[in-house]
Amino acid sequence: MMVREEIEKKEAKEESITVIDTGDHAVSLATKFARVQVVAAYPITPQTQIVEEIAKFVEYGKMNAKYVRVESEHSAMAACIGASAVGTRVFTATSSQGLLLMHEMLFAASAYRLPIVMANVNRALFPPWIILAEHTDSLAQRDTGWIQYYCSSNQEVFDTVLQAYKVAESVNLPVMVNLEGFIMSHTHMPITLPAQKQVDEFLPPREPLWKLDVNKPQSFGNLAFSNYYVKMRRSIEDGMVKAKSEIEKANDEFEKIFGRDHGGLIDCYRCEDAETIIFCLGTLGTEAKASIDNLRKKGVKCGVARVRVFRPFPEEKIKEVAASAENVVILDRDNSFGKGGVLNTEVRSILEGKRISNFIIGLGGTDVPYTTIEKCVEMANGQKDEWIMKVKL
Amino acid sequence: MTIKIKELPVEDYLLKGNAACPGCPLNIAMKTVLKALGKNTIMAVPACCTSIIQSTYPNTAVNVPLLNIPFETTAATASGIVAGLEMIGEEETTVLGWAGDGGTYDIGIQALSGAAERNTNFLYVCYNNQMYSNTGIQRSGATPKGAWTTTTWTGKTEEKKNMPGIMVAHNIPYVATASISRPLDIYEKVVKAKSIKGTKYIEILAPCPSGWRFNLSQTVEVAKLAIQTRAWNLYEVENGRYKINVTVRNPKPIVEYLKVQQRFKNVINDENKIKEIQMETDKIWEKLVKLTEKTQAL
Amino acid sequence: MIPLSDPKVGASGKTGKWRTLRPKLDKEKCINCLLCWMYCPESAISRVEDGISIDYEYCKGCGICAEECARKAIVMVEEKGED
Repeated sequence: MMVREEIEKKEAKEESITVIDTGDHAVSLATKFARVQVVAAYPITPQTQIVEEIAKFVEYGKMNAKYVRVESEHSAMAACIGASAVGTRVFTATSSQGLLLMHEMLFAASAYRLPIVMANVNRALFPPWIILAEHTDSLAQRDTGWIQYYCSSNQEVFDTVLQAYKVAESVNLPVMVNLEGFIMSHTHMPITLPAQKQVDEFLPPREPLWKLDVNKPQSFGNLAFSNYYVKMRRSIEDGMVKAKSEIEKANDEFEKIFGRDHGGLIDCYRCEDAETIIFCLGTLGTEAKASIDNLRKKGVKCGVARVRVFRPFPEEKIKEVAASAENVVILDRDNSFGKGGVLNTEVRSILEGKRISNFIIGLGGTDVPYTTIEKCVEMANGQKDEWIMKVKL
Repeated sequence: MTIKIKELPVEDYLLKGNAACPGCPLNIAMKTVLKALGKNTIMAVPACCTSIIQSTYPNTAVNVPLLNIPFETTAATASGIVAGLEMIGEEETTVLGWAGDGGTYDIGIQALSGAAERNTNFLYVCYNNQMYSNTGIQRSGATPKGAWTTTTWTGKTEEKKNMPGIMVAHNIPYVATASISRPLDIYEKVVKAKSIKGTKYIEILAPCPSGWRFNLSQTVEVAKLAIQTRAWNLYEVENGRYKINVTVRNPKPIVEYLKVQQRFKNVINDENKIKEIQMETDKIWEKLVKLTEKTQAL
Repeated sequence: MIPLSDPKVGASGKTGKWRTLRPKLDKEKCINCLLCWMYCPESAISRVEDGISIDYEYCKGCGICAEECARKAIVMVEEKGED
């Protein structure tokens, strides 16, 4: 593990270095490399280390940015919108209750067509109080017009924040980068940091679609009648559709410059000849890789398709991946009361002629080891859904 | 008062042919404030009458850059605009948070308190028509006791908040009250505020014919009466030091102000209610005089 | 398409059509105090060489100018739709 001084020496020499750090710090480091100009954020566990580290960078002169210490998450998104509206590159981070508080503002951010990037540390919702991982918080925002990535390693978190700015600024829509609370946010993993000049090559300065400019006075967002409103909504939808290709493009470009490929829209592992495919989000995907290897040893032809991007929903890619599989196992670390797992609802709606099983698993941060996922595959026999209530089956 | 009417800038930033009601006090306030700030102004405007007055896409009646924003967020969005402008080195642009009393006293108070505590470098103007006018005359924290609104049919039972006092408690460099009956005073206060760094708060009394129920042509006269009866006092607080701008030697009885507004019809036939309101009005004035004495040394 | 609007005089159309009363100016009485210009909520009154001019295309007929005029040079009369 490198000491801070050594890291700074390497940074000054414009060299790529590998550190061992938490998911939260992966986020804050990425915002520094991305040359973020304004950060407005409110602390909430398990996101706190992100904003504390950014505050340190800014105050100690390591990052040329303004940090607005707002008094709530709702105000954090409002301030991001204000700063982004004058053309700067902005960032915020939150989790669970804070994300819910921002709900109104999330719709605004996408309809404003502002390329805001936000890290959301997935955490289960209150009451009762719990700070452990669950995906319900971000999945509940699926209608807001935000592009959503789900990461499975700290390296991917770092890389995805950079890709997020590229994609956001190409389609003028905001992007949410999700990482699970504690499993990633507070866990140390190796992270290779690039040289600044590599990042500058990948991510040039922002060119705003529109901005508030005293030399060109305009009103953004005053009243509009239905005919115009529909066209404006359609533009947002078109941006989302375009995002699918921009996400793949950004992933490919990233691989060329930095040498790492996180899978684009879907990160597939041993799916090519699989008869059973697991669909899931986040670290369930990493864990599932061990399950797949073990099952394969037992002769089960299976693979895992980690859905890296949930919005825009990668319908075409999912159909492509699942084409030759007979069985589909969908893992949901979330639940939509009255309907079931969100990933299940969306994936099931586009697949035909397959035996599909859904497992609600890992709610409230319940540990999901690879052995549990193996058991899920073995249990899968076309049931509607199964709640996994215990740590071990 | 040093400025003369002839010296007011001629250029209009609030363009004619907008969607305001005839006789709207907001228009008088906005046109004056924008003349004082000039073209290097960016406005953050929440849901309020101003959202409508701009008119509909693809046109707007406001000739400075303006961001329409969700209701609670005026001061928070303005904080972001300020931070963004600081990063791109635009020192000359004034950020103006422009909200009604609803977006200031009530739903917007958290954001305003936060921005003021951070001493955000912007001007916040609250045009106060003492109700939620845009949604149809419902009561707000600024509605005076006894007033009819569509959610206080028999008259509001609580006193209004002392919002300027709340802003003074945030230790910001400049707080002032103003009235649309005195545009030159508004102009000078805005010019003064523009020269100060930090959070500046100006609250402008805006009697609304539709909500207060008086004839459209009386907007300015009602605002004058508010001052003459001490229903509204004009003062400034610079770095905690109070200064009364207008001392009315022989204030008219409050009933003179109440009886020209149909919103007080529940009150004007009730001796006790009038007495109560007169007492409260006198108390507020006395408190203001005492605060002025006590803060002279600051 | 994004909701970005451009400034325009008459953003809500010819608002002069709204009025039921119109302000009538008696130039002889006008002393060019400019109170009407300062107060007009619509900015429908503009300053001209020898006094003020009322833009009847946009004047909404509120009557504040007549009310505040220092010399009662403006009087509100019934709008008969002459122009």
